[in-house]
Amino acid sequence: MLAALAGGILIGLSAFLMYASLGKIAGISGITYAALDGGGRGWRLPFLLGLVGGAWLAVSAGARLPVAAMPSSSAGIALIVVGGLLVGLGTRLGNGCTSGHGVCGLSRLSPRSAVAVAVFMLAGVLTATLLRGLLVAGV
Amino acid sequence: MKPALAAIVCGLLFGIGLTVSGMADPMVVLGFLRLAPGWNPALMLVMGGAVAVALPGFAWLKHRRQPWLGGSFAQPPSTRIDGRLVVGAALFGIGWGLAGFCPGPAIVSFGLLQPAALLFLPAMLLGAGLARLWPASAAVGPRGDTAESGAAGDIA
Repeated sequence: MLAALAGGILIGLSAFLMYASLGKIAGISGITYAALDGGGRGWRLPFLLGLVGGAWLAVSAGARLPVAAMPSSSAGIALIVVGGLLVGLGTRLGNGCTSGHGVCGLSRLSPRSAVAVAVFMLAGVLTATLLRGLLVAGV
Repeated sequence: MKPALAAIVCGLLFGIGLTVSGMADPMVVLGFLRLAPGWNPALMLVMGGAVAVALPGFAWLKHRRQPWLGGSFAQPPSTRIDGRLVVGAALFGIGWGLAGFCPGPAIVSFGLLQPAALLFLPAMLLGAGLARLWPASAAVGPRGDTAESGAAGDIA
């Protein structure tokens, strides 16, 4: 519980510092897609590099991150591929993910982001609770 | 140079936060999204902690005319609540609930060579590419909005 809160505070601090120093929104889906499209790589690529570097540092310092194994069943693999396709399509259509709409949008009191967060939280909970278990038992 | 340095520091903080909080582990995420015995509410504290810091921070910055390193503050490309937003958020939520990865943890896990993420991230980027095929005005409401898709990187 404390680790979750501490991690959240670091994420909030990062989002604040991004906007305070560069005027940029720390929305990871948008940063990633724009970097791949070739836009503003001067700050987007360093941010993404830092993102992975920070995770590596945390794991090196003893933070627990179990191996996310490749599923052994074809159903499990399909779940990951379909999940990936939907996350990519959805975050691009909706212009944001957990960081852009969630952390930054809610903190900016954006009604648009509040709607997005309500919808993706509801969809995520319904899918994980009702649908996922039907598709793949025990994954 | 300074913007790159600031961005890398912000990235580091974000990456440490994602990992320490448990958010980078899809099993923890699914344990939160699945309302069942053994439900793990901890991830509410991740979002809560982040907003508790960022909300007063953003409010304080409202009085500033420029970011510390110059330039201008990014404005959301759209403030409209339309079909495109709702459909997008719903598809994202479904994908998140299926795989347990959202974009940040997917990139972090890919970078750390987590096997499941090596599969997930390419699929995610392919899905993002497919969004281009989605006509800006079709099936998402009465008004088209090409500016929104064009400026996707500015807000999120």
